[in-house]
Amino acid sequence: MSLAARPAGMRRGPRRPQRLRRLLATVGLLALPVVFLGWFFAWPVTAIVWQGLAPEGELQLGVLGRVITDPSVRSVAWFTLWQAVVSTVLTLLVALPGAYTLSRQEFRGRRALQAAVTVPFVLPTVVVGSAFLALLGPRSPVNAALVTLLGDAAPTLDLRRTVTAILLAHVFFNYAVVVRTVGGLWSLLDPRLEDAARVLGASRWRAFREVTWPLLTPAIAASAAIVFLFTFTSFGVVLILGGPGRATIEVEIHRATTQLLDLPLASTLALLQLVAVLAALAVYGRLTQRAQVQQRLVASDTTRRRPRGRVERGLLAGNLVVILGLVLSPLAVLVERSLVTAQGYGLDNWRRLLADDADTVLAVPAAEAVRNSLLFGVSATVVALVVGALAASAATMDRGRLTGLVDRALMVPLGTSAVTVGFGFLIALDRPVDLRGSPLLVPLAQALIATPFVVRTLLPVLRSIDRRLREAAAVLGASPLRVWREVDLPIVGRALLVAAGFSFAIAVGEFGATVFVARANLPTMPVAIFRLLGRPGVANFGQAMAMSTLLASVTAAALLAIDRLRVGQIGRF
Amino acid sequence: MLELRGITLAYDETVVVESLDLSADDGAVLCLLGPSGCGKSTLLRAIAGLEAPRAGTIHLDGHDLAGLRPDQRQVGLMFQEHALFPHRTVADNVGFGPRVRGLDPDTVQQRTDEALRLVGLAGTEHRRVDQLSGGERQRVALARAVAPRPQLLMLDEPLGSLDRALQTRLLAELPEVFAALGTTVVYVTHDQNEALELADQVAVMRDGRIEQQGPPDRLWRAPRTPFVASFLGLDQQLPVEVDRHEIRTPLGVLPRDTVSEAEDALVTGRTRAVLLPESIRLLGAEEAVPPGHLAVTGTVLRRRFRGDHLQLTVRVTSQGEGADLLTGGAGAAGDGTDATSGGALLLHALALGEAGEPGSEVRLAIDRSGVHLLAPDDRA
Repeated sequence: MSLAARPAGMRRGPRRPQRLRRLLATVGLLALPVVFLGWFFAWPVTAIVWQGLAPEGELQLGVLGRVITDPSVRSVAWFTLWQAVVSTVLTLLVALPGAYTLSRQEFRGRRALQAAVTVPFVLPTVVVGSAFLALLGPRSPVNAALVTLLGDAAPTLDLRRTVTAILLAHVFFNYAVVVRTVGGLWSLLDPRLEDAARVLGASRWRAFREVTWPLLTPAIAASAAIVFLFTFTSFGVVLILGGPGRATIEVEIHRATTQLLDLPLASTLALLQLVAVLAALAVYGRLTQRAQVQQRLVASDTTRRRPRGRVERGLLAGNLVVILGLVLSPLAVLVERSLVTAQGYGLDNWRRLLADDADTVLAVPAAEAVRNSLLFGVSATVVALVVGALAASAATMDRGRLTGLVDRALMVPLGTSAVTVGFGFLIALDRPVDLRGSPLLVPLAQALIATPFVVRTLLPVLRSIDRRLREAAAVLGASPLRVWREVDLPIVGRALLVAAGFSFAIAVGEFGATVFVARANLPTMPVAIFRLLGRPGVANFGQAMAMSTLLASVTAAALLAIDRLRVGQIGRF
Repeated sequence: MLELRGITLAYDETVVVESLDLSADDGAVLCLLGPSGCGKSTLLRAIAGLEAPRAGTIHLDGHDLAGLRPDQRQVGLMFQEHALFPHRTVADNVGFGPRVRGLDPDTVQQRTDEALRLVGLAGTEHRRVDQLSGGERQRVALARAVAPRPQLLMLDEPLGSLDRALQTRLLAELPEVFAALGTTVVYVTHDQNEALELADQVAVMRDGRIEQQGPPDRLWRAPRTPFVASFLGLDQQLPVEVDRHEIRTPLGVLPRDTVSEAEDALVTGRTRAVLLPESIRLLGAEEAVPPGHLAVTGTVLRRRFRGDHLQLTVRVTSQGEGADLLTGGAGAAGDGTDATSGGALLLHALALGEAGEPGSEVRLAIDRSGVHLLAPDDRA
């Protein structure tokens, strides 16, 4: 080293180790998430893609061509696409007015109703499917009402295995996505903007169209994208409510694997779906970037007011009817059906569910499925929290390219189908350790699905902690450890609990991946419900309903706990 | 001409404004002055049609506004914190009113240019509103409010969010803008300086009622209640006792007839009086007490530099005949804004030059015509 170079080096000296230390810390934090994502997501998905493109170990693009030109695959893809588009549009049409009512109108019972409409979203898809099966079947309360009204001549309405049932269930399931996302922003929009437009001479409708709608666009686009993704990759709902000719790609992957044993077909379908999902995510990214507007938001409790005038009251009444009819009645029917036995109402289904004898359908006592679910759910929550918290911390620490990449990589599982993940586990996890028969696969798969939610909950909170809070605490005499305990922990602690609640609800209700990897003697509640629904007989159906009610209660309880803990904007999902 | 009769406004169960009467002449600037939460903004919203009154009528140029929607009312409202449309450019914001009122694009363009020129912002048409400075936003908001040429222009704390230098500058420009428009203006503020400077008429509001309305100079010379006096910044108030012939004050006794008119209706008994700031003067060492003045002696407590003058705080040591008023739980005391402090009497006097070192003895002359009786506070 020359003498002349030294002073310059010394000047730079103190910065370099610091930067290096930061980089090392970031890499250290990222190590586990990268291994987790690589092993349990990237590798299985790559394996599927490879399997699809090279069934014999050699690249054969002919397979791809064969599958894509196959008319039955084409019709599945077409059905998947159009039902997703129609579901998304329907959900927006039904839920946007609901978002207005729940975010801008004040009325008695609003808080309770707001919590209630969120319940369907955390319901396992299997439960949603069975609820609509009960609601739309020949013995539904709708038909009972028709009979009382019209006598024996009444037509029997049976919507099971129809597209209508699927669409209704999708609207039911995703209503809360729109209400929460759009309503969340709507409640923070300054009402004076619309007032200003009115005073300037705009009619109510014009003020909405020209001021409110453009300002809500980011939230509407975001919720539409999420609903589209969920319905495009819909599995449990379509598996239960659909029928011949009414299967999504996701359901076809399941069928190709478990019934047709056609792995190349399943792989190609998974690849097809992955490409579609990534394309949709890219379009969504573009759209939201363009729609971003800097605006001043106000406290949500200042924007709500009691409905006045005919239009406002009409909106409130209409939305209450929709919420009661569409969102709450399937839940009520679920409970009601769980109480129906061969001899009228009774607790038989519940008694059998909790009895300690091995069920022939389930191969295990039903209570054991409950135990499995809770055990797997807790394990998955722990894994998701650790991986998610590490990744979120790394992403907050350093906003370099590396963390940005991991940030986005962690979101990809959100858009990838659960069935693909489960299927990928089965074909890829024989190396380096053969995990395919391990009960560990279930919580690992569930954790993979839950991790993006953990990151999404923690990241905004971690980023929002004002550096000056820490500085203020330090100047007031707090040691670094004390600063962490007094400032960081109380703020992040609540977010961690919210994330834990979400992870648990997601893990307990997870079906798509679990149905692939759960071993026959270790079924979870959703798997047990699906098996029970596959059997004929009033008793099996009743037990499925009872189990669904139980599962719904567990996830709803987790959700209500989250709602209590929710702070500010965090944890919208 | 704007005329409000018996207006009552309420949010749910809370009554914000109660049977209020108010009027503003054509082309006049009416300032609504009052503390935050007194119902000023709600009143503007009601005139604009954004709140429905529980009772009362609002007439604009002889037309009853009841039943008209906000977009049918031909009024302009400049919102507190401006409420500019964040997703639109300056020109789109200003042109919004003319456009939604169905004017053709050329006229919209013309009105937009006109309004922007009026507020001195020509040339900013294509900028986004989030790129504007505070002062520019304020001007855009004003231009947007006037662009549809409303019959009535209302401004809600238009200078509230700006720094002091900008406030001073815009305050100087506003009268020209109002004059150029020629419409009736209702201007809401909690700053007495803004109100006194801009208004033809000031209405002091308190708890949803008008406490006093009048031209600024009359309000200043003859505030009706302790609240109005305090809100205008007249905080030298004394407990007094009045009978038909004289006014007993802690500073001495004044004959009743030397006190200004307009007090005849006042009751006798205990009430308060305000000392106008210009009525208290430092006397030179040898200077005789001018006729019509009351002389007191005291000790200088503080000397404050106020730029163009010095303010002396003097503790009065000469005890007048009414000194018992200071301790005797005086009349309508309770506002906390008066000249008495823990049984002592403190006066603020203007001084020029070297006079009044802290601790020194001084003599003050109080002009009797600057002592104004206040009505007992009926809502303390």
